Amino acid sequence: MTPFSQATGNAAANPYLIQSATIVEKIREAEDIDTYRLRFVDEQVRRSYRFAAGQFNMVYLFGVGEVAISIVSDPDEPDSLDHTIRVVGRVTKAIARLQPGDELGIRGPFGQGWPLDAAQGKDVVIVTGGLGCAPVVGAIEYIFRRRSQYGSVKILHGIKTPHDLLYRERFDAWRRHPDVEVLLASDQPHKTWRYHVGVVTELFEQVVMNPARTMVLMCGPEIMMRLGVPILMQRGIPETAIYVSLERHMECGIGLCGHCQLGPYFLCKDGPVMRYDRVAPWLERVGF
Amino acid sequence: MATPCDTHVAAVPKTFLQQLIDVLCAKGYRVVGPALRDGAVMWDTIRQVSDLPIGWRDEQEPGRYRLENTGSDQIFGVVHGPQSVKPLAFAPREPLLVIERTKGSFSALPTLPKSEKVAVLGARACDLAGLAIQDHIFLKDAYRDPYYQTRRDGLFLIAVNCTRALATCFCASMDTGPRASAAFDLALTELEEVFLVEAGSAAGQAMMSALSLAPASTARVREAEQQIEACARSQVRRLDRSPLPQALYDAHEHPRWDDVAARCLACGNCTMVCPTCFCHVVEEVPDLTQTRSEHTRLWDSCFTQEHGYIHGKNIRPTIKDRYRMWLTHKLASWIDQFGTSGCVGCGRCITWCPVGIDLTEELPALLKPSSQAKEKPGQA
Repeated sequence: MTPFSQATGNAAANPYLIQSATIVEKIREAEDIDTYRLRFVDEQVRRSYRFAAGQFNMVYLFGVGEVAISIVSDPDEPDSLDHTIRVVGRVTKAIARLQPGDELGIRGPFGQGWPLDAAQGKDVVIVTGGLGCAPVVGAIEYIFRRRSQYGSVKILHGIKTPHDLLYRERFDAWRRHPDVEVLLASDQPHKTWRYHVGVVTELFEQVVMNPARTMVLMCGPEIMMRLGVPILMQRGIPETAIYVSLERHMECGIGLCGHCQLGPYFLCKDGPVMRYDRVAPWLERVGF
Repeated sequence: MATPCDTHVAAVPKTFLQQLIDVLCAKGYRVVGPALRDGAVMWDTIRQVSDLPIGWRDEQEPGRYRLENTGSDQIFGVVHGPQSVKPLAFAPREPLLVIERTKGSFSALPTLPKSEKVAVLGARACDLAGLAIQDHIFLKDAYRDPYYQTRRDGLFLIAVNCTRALATCFCASMDTGPRASAAFDLALTELEEVFLVEAGSAAGQAMMSALSLAPASTARVREAEQQIEACARSQVRRLDRSPLPQALYDAHEHPRWDDVAARCLACGNCTMVCPTCFCHVVEEVPDLTQTRSEHTRLWDSCFTQEHGYIHGKNIRPTIKDRYRMWLTHKLASWIDQFGTSGCVGCGRCITWCPVGIDLTEELPALLKPSSQAKEKPGQA
């Protein structure tokens, strides 16, 4: 048996341990959506904590519970930990009441992130919808820190209405990097909207892709993936070069609680980022 | 795989059992065994042989469990109750952490169970197979579960080989019984006048040596063999695993799912009695002063509304989706996940289903070609 004293503070021995973190900044992104910039209270945890772009944390609120939230920030700056949280349920509703100085709990990081090593030397096409732009932010920052190691970068992002656009400054900043295209689409028009009106997959027509050297990272509603992937495949991009970040009910983050199963996979540990050809047969089985 | 080796099998009179209980108690073990409760048997602390359901036997059918007293002096006549060994290692409800709040800050303290030595007297082959599967899930992956580990490390397992099959048993076709083959410390076979005893671990061997037991005659060993083999042959249910997992994946659109969904109550009984089901939720229970909160793990079931919930939608909204998830996981995707079937053939899900849904009937029906079934391509 692991002695109680050793188990305390040893996340390797006890994957259920929660570390407290202070909200250093709360950034309003849209109605019901805020980004929480967190800093671990324990200095040792702060120093040792590392994550990969696309991984997630279990975010805990005292007395309320945990939710799985992807890490938004730059993996090269792990001591400033951002989570963009939309109010959708019991826990997120309670989190929304917090202010800078308040504390949240963190358990993680968990799961498999984006294949950024495999993407080296390739053109990267990033396709996101709605809040799906959050889990790719870290990947984009990672690539831009190592700009010469990657080919062209195309960021295609779709939203329902122009009010839903998060990270406006980030998109503007990304646009300024060399060999980068940022294309936005909104389902609904608005007098201030100067980008495409329609769905994100229509933006594929506006970009040139070299199928032999392109890797696609996708995150957003599954319908976007199911409609978007066939178009990409028609353009010659193999399913094996398409990675998607998937969402299921995640309670434990470590593949033990059983909720996030998709066929043979536990998306919390085998995912959330999965190569599309591996999950395609399961995504088409509705109700599974 | 424990195969009988005459020199290592002892024969002891039935009075040996009390001696064994006493020795285990003296070594600091709490002995648990089957005990009559509420018309079934449940694990309970055993101090005397008379605490065991002597002379009782169970009859199990789909949706039916009955105990009867035969008046015999058979000690392990009841094959099993609703509990497998699972709850002794994977607790149905246990706090993982206590979180204490002081002035806007909080600290989380793990609440590992107290290490306790528990001797399980009367574990069946199917239950031990189930425990081996749970060991794989909780202890062999990248993340080890320290709560499970603590309970599991304290277990001393005394198997009882089955010499009578229930109508719901199909362990023989799952290669999990009726002889205990997964990890155990001691295994007993109850014959008319004696127990045969064999060791399955160093701890079991040490126990046998300490008790200096007389070796069994070849005839006794043979008799036990024959009874166990007869038990296997007498099983009326079986499950053909050869087309799995792919055939069940391919049956995703089979109309039989609608048929079984019309009968299934989504009560979750099958998952609660299953020796291998591992789904769980974590519940947060703060005290009234909001200074202390318990982070508690509870068994969950894939038959609940919440199991497939993600913000604003349910991945498995219908009972059909949930039954299909359960059976496909148990018999198919489990193989891809853990390298074994998730079913050990204990038959509990058949017995404890209030409407008597029988997976050994459902599987063949689902694999039968159906004119209505839409073919779906898919690979594992």
